[in-house]
Amino acid sequence: MSAAAPPPLAARRGQPWWAAYWNLLSARMKEMFREREVIFWIFVFPLLLAVGLGVAFRKPRQATSKVAVVSGPGAAQVLRALGEAGGAKVAVKSEGQAQAMAGLQSGNLDLVVIPPAKPGDAIRYFSDPERPETWLARERVQHLLQTKAGRRDVIPVRDLRVKGVGSRYIDFLIPGLLGMNLMNSGMWGVGFAIVEMRQRKLLKRFAATPMRRSDFLLSLVSSRLILMVIDIALLLGCGVLVFHIQVRGSLWTIALAGMLGAFTFAGLGLLTASRAQKIESVSGLINTVMMPMWIFSGVFFSYQRFPAVFLPLIRLLPLTALNDLLRAVILQGAPLSAQLGRIAVMLGWSAVTFLLALRWFRWR
Amino acid sequence: MSSAISCRGLRKVYPGGLEAVRGLDLEIAAGDCFGLLGPNGAGKTTTIEILEGLLAPTAGEVSIFGRNWRQHASEIRQWLGVSLQETRLSEQLTVRETLALFASFYRFPRDLDEVLNSLQLQEKRDTLLGKLSGGQRQRVAVATALVAAPRILFLDEPTTGLDPQSRRQLWQVIREFQQQGGTVLLTTHYLDEAERLADRIAIMDLGRIIAQGTPQQLIDSLHGEHVIEFTVAGQPSGTVDWLSIAGVNRAQQREGNVQLHAAAPHQVLPELLRVLERAGGRLERLSTRQATLEDVFVQLTGRRLHEEGQDEGGPHGDGQEERIEEAAS
Ligand SMILES: Nc1ncnc2c1ncn2[C@@H]1O[C@H](COP(=O)(O)OP(=O)(O)OP(=O)(O)O)[C@@H](O)[C@H]1O
Ligand SMILES: [Mg+2]
Repeated sequence: MSAAAPPPLAARRGQPWWAAYWNLLSARMKEMFREREVIFWIFVFPLLLAVGLGVAFRKPRQATSKVAVVSGPGAAQVLRALGEAGGAKVAVKSEGQAQAMAGLQSGNLDLVVIPPAKPGDAIRYFSDPERPETWLARERVQHLLQTKAGRRDVIPVRDLRVKGVGSRYIDFLIPGLLGMNLMNSGMWGVGFAIVEMRQRKLLKRFAATPMRRSDFLLSLVSSRLILMVIDIALLLGCGVLVFHIQVRGSLWTIALAGMLGAFTFAGLGLLTASRAQKIESVSGLINTVMMPMWIFSGVFFSYQRFPAVFLPLIRLLPLTALNDLLRAVILQGAPLSAQLGRIAVMLGWSAVTFLLALRWFRWR
Repeated sequence: MSSAISCRGLRKVYPGGLEAVRGLDLEIAAGDCFGLLGPNGAGKTTTIEILEGLLAPTAGEVSIFGRNWRQHASEIRQWLGVSLQETRLSEQLTVRETLALFASFYRFPRDLDEVLNSLQLQEKRDTLLGKLSGGQRQRVAVATALVAAPRILFLDEPTTGLDPQSRRQLWQVIREFQQQGGTVLLTTHYLDEAERLADRIAIMDLGRIIAQGTPQQLIDSLHGEHVIEFTVAGQPSGTVDWLSIAGVNRAQQREGNVQLHAAAPHQVLPELLRVLERAGGRLERLSTRQATLEDVFVQLTGRRLHEEGQDEGGPHGDGQEERIEEAAS
């Protein structure tokens, strides 16, 4: 510590080149795991969401068609016919006409049947063209009543069933939640963390040391990648154990896809945080960036429902690419080589966001 | 002695147009402890951050051991230990983890336990920063600077908020660092601290250096290092010409409170009593003391360094008219 120049480098053993990176990464991980709320938002919340939504949507909502037969002459006969043959498919009750119609309109009933007043009159079915489950109820009741009255099928039929793995709502949902979680934790974990450090003047303090800027940024991105592995393990594990999802792709392929996702959103988080001075402003920015993707990128429902003209644009969103990639890899076991388009979209986003972020990044 | 830090014609205009530093020349010798003094907003932090390479100056040259920031930034950073005025270190890391993190940035850091010991943080080494008191955190901030094994230590108000004992401990640490050949640049609001710690002092006000020298030189510049303070009652004493008393170099008066500067109070006092008697005034209270940097500051700026609330009840600064006279020397 003298005023003279320090001895030449070779004469003393300095620290290994990875010391700074390693310390930054372990500091980041320790900070994160010591913060209770962070654990909740990163790990517990997505699991709760998956289980909640999965249970809510596990069975088709309309297992049993709820049918009211309007009381009057002939009602008893219809009721008997449906009651005997309906089994678990049709729940039937007798009601006054006004009450029955109100039930149909409010969604509590799926079909209102008005029996024929005298033999030879038509049966009247009231259904709601806006609600598909009322069509199902109509077909079921129609089938039961007509068979009871003696109709026979002309062509012989044999029903065969596939076990519907991979096509249930929960199968669609779990990869979507995984994608959304990678986006949330990437944007918050990188974007928010950086602005918080800037506000605390910790970035400035780091800038006053010889710390390599790349070590700092790399450690942030690495911490995301580590969390990504835990995220995937938790959500997929929950999907497999609780909902019996069949994972068709190899774990390596899935991990690679997840890594690409975590990397892409770390870049986006870095960009949103590159200049913001206050955590309030970066929070707004992060939500603004994420909002369109929650809606358009097919997390909770397929984006195919949007008008076809928008689809090319929607497919360019990073979360759309990630969700599609995860679904293909997890549910269909697609190899990455078949997903080059989606991978290119994500790599494109990463390249642009990282370059701009490094250009604009402010240490103070 | 070679110079550790030197700067020429330093200017800083902030984006809003505020000129925080207006043409600053500094020369800090290697091995010196240099104190930068000045009231709030004087431009101390701006200056020190330019020297640390954190802020780009609008104009002027900075050189650290003969190197400049434009070409040798990464080399210079290895030499500096920095404690900023308002950093909040991570609360979820322990003291030791924080020091280890900062140490890892340097090629040849100091031993962590040695630094912990010298700042008396050894018992707190495994405590989270969030659980430390403000003063203890301040010491950790200084420790992160020391762990760099720096050649120059930059401390921006290192003792603000510390209790007297911790302040003294920190002074001790700074002296030890200096004894091992280190150079220190510190800013402070405490004149007594600067007087005790600093080899040289620069007083800053409104972006300029208004006086520079050793503490003794600055006090000597008052032409007399003793201050005689007294209160006169009874007679309007405003008419008395205090400078007519032999040996009085400077007089300052507000209502009945008078402050005289003199080299030898024992020669002034008999004459003072006679003059008072002639004027019909009654002496209510009299004390003499050594002049301090505070007096230098008041003389240079016409203001006190500390704001009203922090004042220890001196006779000045209540906004009333004040009369200062000075003997032609
Ligand atoms: N980032 C900034 N943008 C605009 N003006 C600034 C900025 N930082 C400081 N200033 C202004 O520059 C002037 C000098 O500020 P500086 O922080 O250097 O003072 P200081 O001497 O360190 O004061 P203190 O004793 O309160 O720490 C002040 O008037 C301040 O308002
Ligand atoms: Mg300051």
